[in-house]
Amino acid sequence: MTVTIPSIHYLAILPVILLLGGALCLLLATALLRNKVTTVAATSLTVAVSLAAFATTFWQWRCVDRSGPTTTVAHAIVLDGFSVVATGVIVLGLALSALVAHDWAIRERVQGAEFHILALTSTAGAVLMTQANDLIVIFLGLEILSIGLYVLVAFDRHRATSAEAALKYFLLGGFASAIFIYGAALVYGATGSTNLSSISYFLGANVVLHPGLLYAGGALLLVGFAFKVAAVPFHLWSPDVYQGAPTPVTGLMASIVKVGAFAAFIRVLISALGTQLDTWRPIFWVLIVFTTLVGASLALVQRNTKRMLAYSSINHAGFMLLGLWAGTIRGTAATLFYVMTYAPIVIATFAVLTLVGGVGDENHDIAHYRGLARRQPWLGAALAVLLLSQLGVPLTTGFYAKFAVLAAVVDAGNTTLAVIALLGAAIAAVFYLRWTFTLYADDDLDAARIVVPTMTGLVIGLGVAATVVFGVWPGPLAALAQHATVLFSP
Amino acid sequence: MNVPAAWYLVLAALLFGVGAFGLLTKRSALIMFMCVELMLNAVNLTFVTFARTLSDVGGQATVFFVMVVAAAEVTVGLGIVVAVFRRRSSTSVDELSEMKG
Repeated sequence: MTVTIPSIHYLAILPVILLLGGALCLLLATALLRNKVTTVAATSLTVAVSLAAFATTFWQWRCVDRSGPTTTVAHAIVLDGFSVVATGVIVLGLALSALVAHDWAIRERVQGAEFHILALTSTAGAVLMTQANDLIVIFLGLEILSIGLYVLVAFDRHRATSAEAALKYFLLGGFASAIFIYGAALVYGATGSTNLSSISYFLGANVVLHPGLLYAGGALLLVGFAFKVAAVPFHLWSPDVYQGAPTPVTGLMASIVKVGAFAAFIRVLISALGTQLDTWRPIFWVLIVFTTLVGASLALVQRNTKRMLAYSSINHAGFMLLGLWAGTIRGTAATLFYVMTYAPIVIATFAVLTLVGGVGDENHDIAHYRGLARRQPWLGAALAVLLLSQLGVPLTTGFYAKFAVLAAVVDAGNTTLAVIALLGAAIAAVFYLRWTFTLYADDDLDAARIVVPTMTGLVIGLGVAATVVFGVWPGPLAALAQHATVLFSP
Repeated sequence: MNVPAAWYLVLAALLFGVGAFGLLTKRSALIMFMCVELMLNAVNLTFVTFARTLSDVGGQATVFFVMVVAAAEVTVGLGIVVAVFRRRSSTSVDELSEMKG
């Protein structure tokens, strides 16, 4: 028996190689030099690696633009416009989060490179998920992403909530992974392959002998993904984990997990199960209605800002699912645009929360935000812009993102769903506005001034700039999302 | 005697069900953790059975990936359980109630 080595297109997996290589270099340096690896060195390497990976995506984009989408490593990895753009968003998210984490580490006296090693590895997993063209590769990406994050969530040793959140995340994450891989096994049994293109080809060319097996498998895959993107009723872990995790980790988690999971979700639904659109649409309908409404309603009753943002991100996940419900190129492009714009906003928002949290990362009650914008106009205004963008106020990216997914749904012929989602957005608006008014409320003017370190300030500035610039002028970004989706895998 | 493939699938489904049930009802983090492992092994059995019926080696290769992932999860999971245990001297998830809302 001869074993043929599959051909590998190294450019396609270069971002993953860079990220893992960076993590290994840091790990080796930590082992050899012990305490000589300073926080500054670790952060610099992480940012350099993520910017290098970002530069690679331009090269990849040129390659895709010239010769179209291709698959490599025995069709398990795909290089198409969609994966390139999602990769770019994820690695930029890492660069921004690493800068926030740097200032946080100095403040909390966390030394060493472990944080950055884990963040680099997790990001590699998220990038792998965007490129996966095989259920097993998606599973591996998901696990590489999650296992690093379990440890990152437990990173704050001074707070009991940190380890507690990690245990909850770990148990429910493991449960979700097991459900996902069982779904993959059943789909494999029904179609004879775990490769997304082969599944799609099989479903297009044959009548399935065991539709029950395929439906059960598809449903389990959906539950697995719904857990990861925290869609109601599979959201229960998310508020606790968001609250317990160190705040910079929450920002990283909220951005890269969403992008990675949605990229893989879209690929499974559109490229593999696209022929079964009518089967999974009703399930999605229910999922979206619950996710937008419950997410927004529960956010209203929270006092802790991190929990509030957790429910807000559940609400956002509902909107991202809208584009998937549509199942069209327009819908997919809208979801891609949504995650592209949501990632920098959420990282910058959690950067502000990291600063307000103070030493010990404990001050997350809404009361700590009272009058913030009066004491520190710049910081307060930045947070106000970020909140209003999440609300979806015109002239911010949030508005165009919500508009695009809703337009895609109306286009696909379900106005009712769009109206329900809008209702969810309206409920969510109440708490975003309440928080914004709290920022400008008029008392407690003698509270301690919050120091804004350079790096975190830079990240907040970039987040605000991204939301305002692309909010006023969304054309190029929307065109990029559209173009990327047209270049979907064969 | 030739055991039909369907029996293996049913056995795997039962094991998976036992794991899921245990995870949702047990209160000890360690037992919940064992339940996750049981679920993953049920998946392995399913993959091997389908690989046999489809005469496809891919399903058997997948099992190795799942085993590696399970091992990695054990390493990290036990570390987290130990970290929680050091603080509370208990692995019951009922006592993990710092966060509410």
